[in-house]
Amino acid sequence: MRITCPICGERDRREFYYKSAAVALERPDPEAGDGVWNDYLHLRENPAGVTRELWYHETGCSAWLVVTRNTVSHEILDAVLASEARA
Amino acid sequence: MRVEGKGLINRGHPVSFTFDGMRYEGYEGDTLASALLANDVRLVARSFKYHRPRGILTAGSEEPNALVTVGRGARQEPNVRATVQEIYHGLEARSQNRWPNLTWDALQVNDLAAPFFGAGFYYKTFMWPKAFWEKVYEPAIRRAAGLGALSGENNADSYEKAYAFCDLLVIGAGPTGLMAALVAGRAGADVILADEDASLGGRLLAETHEVDGMPGAEWVREVLEELGEMPNVRLMPRTTVTGAHDGGTFGALERVAHHTIGRAGTPLECFWRIVAKRSILAAGALERPVAFRNNDRPGIMTAGAVRAYLNRWGVSPGKMVTVFTNNDSGHRTARDLLDAGVHVAALIDSRHDAPDCAGVRVLKGAQVCDSGGRLGLESITIRSVSGEDKLQTDCLAMSGGWNPTVHMTCHMGGRPVWNQDLEAFVPAEGAIPGMRAAGACNGVFSTAGCLRAGAEAAAEALDALGVAGGAVELPAAEDDPYRIAPLWAVPGKGRAWLDFQNDVTVKDVKQAAVENFRSVEHMKRYTTQGMATDQGKNSNVAALAILADVTGRAIPETGTTTFRPPYVPVSIAAMGAGSQGKGFAPQRFTTSHKASVERGAPMIEAGLWYRPSYFPVSGETTWRQSCDREVNMVRESVGVCDVSTLGKIDIQGKDAAEFLDFVYTNTFSTLKVGRCRYGLMLREDGFVMDDGTTARLSETHYVMTTTTAAAGEVMRHLEFVHQGLRPDLDVNFISVTEQWAQFAVAGPKSRELLDELLDEPLSEGDWPFMACGAVEVAGVKGRLFRISFSGEHAYELAVPARYGDSLFRLLMARAEEKGGGPYGMEALNVLRIEKGFITHAEIHGRTTAFDVGLEKMVSGKKDCIGKTMSERPGLFGDDREQLVGLKPVGPVKQLAAGAHLFNEKEEAVRVNDQGYVTSVAFSPTLGHMLGMGFLKNGRARHGETIRMVDHLRGLETYCEVIDPVAFDPEGGRVRG
Ligand SMILES: [Zn+2]
Repeated sequence: MRITCPICGERDRREFYYKSAAVALERPDPEAGDGVWNDYLHLRENPAGVTRELWYHETGCSAWLVVTRNTVSHEILDAVLASEARA
Repeated sequence: MRVEGKGLINRGHPVSFTFDGMRYEGYEGDTLASALLANDVRLVARSFKYHRPRGILTAGSEEPNALVTVGRGARQEPNVRATVQEIYHGLEARSQNRWPNLTWDALQVNDLAAPFFGAGFYYKTFMWPKAFWEKVYEPAIRRAAGLGALSGENNADSYEKAYAFCDLLVIGAGPTGLMAALVAGRAGADVILADEDASLGGRLLAETHEVDGMPGAEWVREVLEELGEMPNVRLMPRTTVTGAHDGGTFGALERVAHHTIGRAGTPLECFWRIVAKRSILAAGALERPVAFRNNDRPGIMTAGAVRAYLNRWGVSPGKMVTVFTNNDSGHRTARDLLDAGVHVAALIDSRHDAPDCAGVRVLKGAQVCDSGGRLGLESITIRSVSGEDKLQTDCLAMSGGWNPTVHMTCHMGGRPVWNQDLEAFVPAEGAIPGMRAAGACNGVFSTAGCLRAGAEAAAEALDALGVAGGAVELPAAEDDPYRIAPLWAVPGKGRAWLDFQNDVTVKDVKQAAVENFRSVEHMKRYTTQGMATDQGKNSNVAALAILADVTGRAIPETGTTTFRPPYVPVSIAAMGAGSQGKGFAPQRFTTSHKASVERGAPMIEAGLWYRPSYFPVSGETTWRQSCDREVNMVRESVGVCDVSTLGKIDIQGKDAAEFLDFVYTNTFSTLKVGRCRYGLMLREDGFVMDDGTTARLSETHYVMTTTTAAAGEVMRHLEFVHQGLRPDLDVNFISVTEQWAQFAVAGPKSRELLDELLDEPLSEGDWPFMACGAVEVAGVKGRLFRISFSGEHAYELAVPARYGDSLFRLLMARAEEKGGGPYGMEALNVLRIEKGFITHAEIHGRTTAFDVGLEKMVSGKKDCIGKTMSERPGLFGDDREQLVGLKPVGPVKQLAAGAHLFNEKEEAVRVNDQGYVTSVAFSPTLGHMLGMGFLKNGRARHGETIRMVDHLRGLETYCEVIDPVAFDPEGGRVRG
């Protein structure tokens, strides 16, 4: 598997560290309530198809990326900086 | 026997080798298989289950029978296919799976007991008594059924791994691959051409076809010469592409030195990861045997292999050969043998409309239904309309047709497609992104067709790559049609072999179907069809056809099993190249490493770091003596310890303070410049992630320390919180762990020592506990932090790493002048346990700020990572196991980390569990052992007696529950 880091270019996946679904970017308000926080922390979709994930270019430029990936074909569809994906 | 005037071997260069201790001679260019056949050695192995005599079946990596052990001692390598092993002077090969020898194998009795060993026999025969499976049946079966054995010694060979990148990877260097590489190479694309053979050329080396008006092998030589001169083309012989993976990544095994005896400085194998923008699969096709009674006798081979041995190696595997075929390609074998002057007894063609063949009797519509001979073929029985006839022959060349080598196209979940005309599976298009199957592996079997397919595939690849390619003229070559009538198994009694390597017969497959293992995947597992090292390359399609037949389904409907990487066996040593011994994990050394080792300090691993355990002095015989002395030294005078392994993260920016307030539970924006503060970090789920002190060097500049173990995790976390959650904050960080050498100087005489050492003595009043600032040591700019992990008046002094060694030596010398010296991890641990300081033994991922007694550090005035969830019900309160200290009070004085805690009168069983012990040490300061641990509602139970039980070590100790801070609870020493 290869991921195209927006900063470094196409690299082997061994350079990256996987965290979780990109849901982790949508941190709720501290007062949002137990249900919202529970969803945020623990509940994840498990799609057969396109998913958005967080990968860290740990042995590269230290950028956190949002990688759009197809779990069926393993195709990497997109990789953008997490800092820009949120906005 | 050798055939004069044939073959591409170097007859001017004889090579001698041994097989089962016998000396033989071959020529440079021979494989072990061709050299053995040249010496009329037909029996080379015993089969897996029945110990049947076996010979060489094929001429390639798909060989199921001829597995041998090469080399001796630590260099012994089992299960080497004789068909790919090149011979060299001094090669020692031995047969396998036989005792006492190949011609008289005691376990050939298995063959007589065959009725008991059919499909599923493991499951039926060895069910009872249950306890016998592990102790009796399985070991016995493993001894009897088998492949070669490992030496049991450490692997003496070296292995390598490597990476390569290209525009176009061409897999296979037969006519298709060569033509593809030529077209792409001429156009200037970066090409890798890989082939598992030592000589590139594929079937062109094994056939007598002409290409471009010259012998095929001559055309190959010319093309290779041209490719060899292209700087943009890399030729990789002896390299099997083993797998197609995501993103255009391929695995490939290069057999670097298997063909030589002298391996000094050369790895035996190299495992490649090749990244290609496009790829062309030109893997060719594999010939199918025909299943008939006793079709596994030495001397019965595939017809294509017989041609290869004749044309490439100048060997005829028999003196009187017969051919048995269901397609036109078998006729070539008869023709080539006749042309070479070898006697061909008959050509048996199962097709009634078979063509004639000049110079040999063609038995049309006939079949071979049995074979005879003891350890090798002596005769065959032919069945035709006129009845059954016996024919003397010592070699039968059989062809059941050709299977395109589709394996690689299935590695990403693709399923091959049945082609009725070819009676074979062909690759599904687009099964591997960027890959194009071409030539024989795509069902094109003529030389002209392959050359054309190679050129077209290359043109298509160039187009996709955006590389302009000129028109290429195709060389002239044979363009014969491929005509076949299916024949999977000759009907009749007895055992007809499908999977030679796993001893699976037609009967076994039928039996599986009868027992309702009708799915191809079930049949495979029930019979073990296709599960050996050849992965059914020779047999899967025929087995499938038979399963389809007995279950009344068509072949495409029956489906195929899944081809997975690797295409050929890959040694673990090659895949793990470089990871043995010290290569297993990187080693990180501190700047004081050399000086510590010189002092005789045993080094222990802390993550990837190596740290001194203790510093023995003369007269000390146990670690405890050294450790106790070092603890006393720190408490009474001064000790020096390298603490550089703690993570150090430099944090700068306008919003650095706000950022730290968000990642730490406590507040850092209120920290004064020139001061440090202990910080606690949570994960978002409310559990403790890490702790450490952070110093403020200026309004916009902090230096954070993390624990040694969590340095990487914290760095990732900080980057995530910044980039992912708060990209609006103007802050940057970088790890400076390796840039600064940092030493703890701890003890009542620490200040005295520093005053003598620093260029300017510490001014009175400016350096209270938790102060920090710039200092100079012999003109070197450093940083000083008045922090303590020992509970003593202590400092940490940091200098750029290049001065670390010299500073450590200086500190040791100065400390020793004052009755102190260096201390190691053991003493450091004792000192912190005496003070109740936590490490990752306590913050192990399941403890909260409340559990470790630091809930007051979670500021109520601001949000921070983990705060919301730390307030969840269940994460605080009396039910939680809370941090306590433990002190033995009964007759047993021993404590053990990992032991569990129970109420005094309750049985020591799981349901009564009250907590557990995380850290223990003997405290020389207090004169007894001390423990830290977690106890239910522990903070309210100080003074209680609790029972510590270590079921593993058989230890039971009564303890008093005490405050975790066992020594100097007021903290007078650290401030003094
Ligand atoms: Zn990057």
